[in-house]
Amino acid sequence: MADEEAIGVTPVRHAERGAASVPLAGRSWARRRAGLGYALRVYLPLGLFVTFLLAPYYVMVITAFKPDSELYSTAVSPLLVSRPTLIHFGELFQKTAFFLWAQNSFVVATVSTGLALLLGVPGGYAMARLRFRGSGLIGLAIFATYLVPGTLLFIPMHQIVNALGLLDTPFALIVVYPTFLTPFCAWLMAGYFKTIPGELEDCARIDGCSRFGAMCRITIPLATPGILSCAIFSFTGAWNEFLYALVLVTSGTLKTLPVGIVATLLNTDAYPWGKLMAGALLASIPVAVVYSFFVEHYAAGLTSGAIKG
Amino acid sequence: MSTETASGHHLSTPHPALSTRNRLSSWLDREDVLGYILVAPVALVVLGFLAYPFGLALWLSLTDKVIGGDAHYVGLQNYERIWQNGIFQGAVRNTLIFTASSIAAKLPIGFALALLLNEKIRFRKAFRSAVLLPWIIPTVLSAMAWLWLYNPNFSILNYVIANLGLGRGIRWLTDPNIALFSVVLVNVWRGTPFYAITLLAGMQAIPNELYEATSIDGANRWQRFRHVTLPLVMPIMLITLLLSTIGTFSDFATIYSITGGGPMNATQVISTYSYGTALGAGRMGEGAAISLTMFPFLMVMMIWEIRWLMKRQSA
Repeated sequence: MADEEAIGVTPVRHAERGAASVPLAGRSWARRRAGLGYALRVYLPLGLFVTFLLAPYYVMVITAFKPDSELYSTAVSPLLVSRPTLIHFGELFQKTAFFLWAQNSFVVATVSTGLALLLGVPGGYAMARLRFRGSGLIGLAIFATYLVPGTLLFIPMHQIVNALGLLDTPFALIVVYPTFLTPFCAWLMAGYFKTIPGELEDCARIDGCSRFGAMCRITIPLATPGILSCAIFSFTGAWNEFLYALVLVTSGTLKTLPVGIVATLLNTDAYPWGKLMAGALLASIPVAVVYSFFVEHYAAGLTSGAIKG
Repeated sequence: MSTETASGHHLSTPHPALSTRNRLSSWLDREDVLGYILVAPVALVVLGFLAYPFGLALWLSLTDKVIGGDAHYVGLQNYERIWQNGIFQGAVRNTLIFTASSIAAKLPIGFALALLLNEKIRFRKAFRSAVLLPWIIPTVLSAMAWLWLYNPNFSILNYVIANLGLGRGIRWLTDPNIALFSVVLVNVWRGTPFYAITLLAGMQAIPNELYEATSIDGANRWQRFRHVTLPLVMPIMLITLLLSTIGTFSDFATIYSITGGGPMNATQVISTYSYGTALGAGRMGEGAAISLTMFPFLMVMMIWEIRWLMKRQSA
């Protein structure tokens, strides 16, 4: 009965109907009404947004499993599959260099992430912890680099990579990607290092640890979550990069996944859609998996870079 | 303890080799020395792969460099030529329309989505991961799904529109008046999650006590939004907006993979035009000049952002 009062006036109105089950019915009715309003106000728009954001992926999955006879027929609904097939995946593996592209993407993304962390983590540490003349200026320069888009520099970068004799080699992207990933990592890590209390290092220093030793043994291990989100950002940044990969590598076997799939299938195949969607689906899965596992770190990384920066 | 003091003592007895090493390690332990050593690689990367290419781009834009040919200084000829070029003028206009309309849609949609995700909903984590997908999956691969949705013969969008009785279908990519809208739609679709997730992070950093306090003071939902949420999310909204403006203004992958700048240059933007000129037609000098015309706008954005950053750091 006390519950009834807490709910408010609705049970009273129901009590007029007069029945033994009134309190219970009234309670659930009230709750359902509140729930309905909430559903209309929150879940309905949320559902619409999510539908809009995921619809292209639904189409991607459907199309990848559809036989050509259904794909290119107006008699069959494009939103459903009646006879799913793996034929597009088979053709993708046999007739294109899909596995080579995947391997290229993986090697390029892994090596450039490693290089970016190797240089960026200590750099970020220095900017966050050590005072030296010009550190503010260097910090600003690094931040500015993070803001410069590739579209502004791809033409001179083509010249430089060409002059180094690396154009259209596996090393072209491994050299270029760390140039924008490193400043980015340094910037993100500087934000993260600032959140780790400096007293811990002071203790280690009193016990005879050098600055470098304190950095390696105390602060960097504590910064593992930050380093992890940095690694995720860098890896996916390299995995997704398109312009440099398009410009600096032209041989079919050296391409990365996005360029390989788009350029090869779209330009050469008369009925590419099944294979195109199969390839796009498979190439999307690694980043999608990485993110769904590390979405917490992703949010943490964004905020430490943007809020606390 | 005693062994440590002993080893500490023997440092003071001068042994040449040991003292050099000792001096080196204490030099390395200086705050500024270690700082310079750690930051040097990053600084070199910035100089070698940002400052130098930028200088090179400036130089190339003043030459008649073509792929495989030598560069000869021609002064401002490239700039004069593109200034009078109708395609370039169209590209500048398209870039501005593309950026402005895309941002104008992404900010309110992203804000609404963040507010919804900030409610006490079930499966919030799952929703958040789902919302993020368009942002994290390689742009050109998602663009392939859109390309299929827009396909002139088998457009699924037109199928849905026709089945809902809303009309006979739209020529998404072949009608020059609609194509720009179609690529803006893809950019909005891809960019909205970034707004939603950063703004959500900003909202979740707001202490609950503030909302409780304003509720006690009798504030309604709109007042709580207006006087608590909005001002406290403002800093992160500003930086999201600036980052997104730079990204949208310089977007290449979306337009290149969906229309390639067509039909009849209706979606040609500065980035796709500079790519086509430099690597399609091989005129590197002219291409460099075209891409550098983006610089003044980007410069303003960057200065804005850096000033914002310095203000926050000094605060």
